[in-house]
Amino acid sequence: MGDLIELAVFVMLILVGFTAGSTAEALHFKSLKKREEETSGLPVLTVRGGGAEDIRADRVFLVIGECVVAQDYFKRVLASLKTIFGGRLGSYETLVDRGRREAILRLKERAKRVGCDLILNMRIETSSIGINYKNNSLAGCVEVVAYGTAVILKK
Amino acid sequence: MILTNTETIPGKKIVEHYGLVSGNTVRAKHIGRDLMAGLKNIIGGELKGYTELMKDSRNEALKRMMQQAEKMGANAVVNVRFSTSSITQGAAELYVYGTAVKAE
Repeated sequence: MGDLIELAVFVMLILVGFTAGSTAEALHFKSLKKREEETSGLPVLTVRGGGAEDIRADRVFLVIGECVVAQDYFKRVLASLKTIFGGRLGSYETLVDRGRREAILRLKERAKRVGCDLILNMRIETSSIGINYKNNSLAGCVEVVAYGTAVILKK
Repeated sequence: MILTNTETIPGKKIVEHYGLVSGNTVRAKHIGRDLMAGLKNIIGGELKGYTELMKDSRNEALKRMMQQAEKMGANAVVNVRFSTSSITQGAAELYVYGTAVKAE
């Protein structure tokens, strides 16, 4: 009986994870696309700013954008099965993609709000802040931080 | 205080270097946040509590770095870098470092 209940909970978690997780992901990608179009006017460069003394800058400051995203239950189970055979883990690729794009967007949105003209030397850092949920099922949880030097040009 | 992650400051000239400055914090999440994160772990997506936590800790580390730079008499920190590492379960260390300089 106890085993049956455990199994039922497991199946339910997978179902909830699958339905809620995929809809949330689809919505997130949609909003990412829309916001990326909105902020496309702001140039973000990854060049290190050599010769940046020539830029007629009025003000410079550091901008940061961050995001912590987690994988849903269904995909986590699927991925743990897949690690037996190895190969591409597509579900984790979309997870980091979501985190990165969100972090870059936040950086751009913050810079745009203060009237910034360009961002120099944008860098991305990704780290897993592994949280162990209940027993030792490691959660797929990544933290992405994007940072760069925002420049407001002399008008 | 001017912060940049480039080697120079656009529009300004660096006249003096003071050397390395850094700041760190180790933060643990609290039970309330962990519970919510546990729930969120089922359906996935952004863990807002953690995003906030990391943001606050990063600002704290930045503040410590700026205080150190101020003590040296600097008015800017260039080449700022971040690094995150998870030390033990449920705790994360945020480390910020850069070069303190005087700019004109």
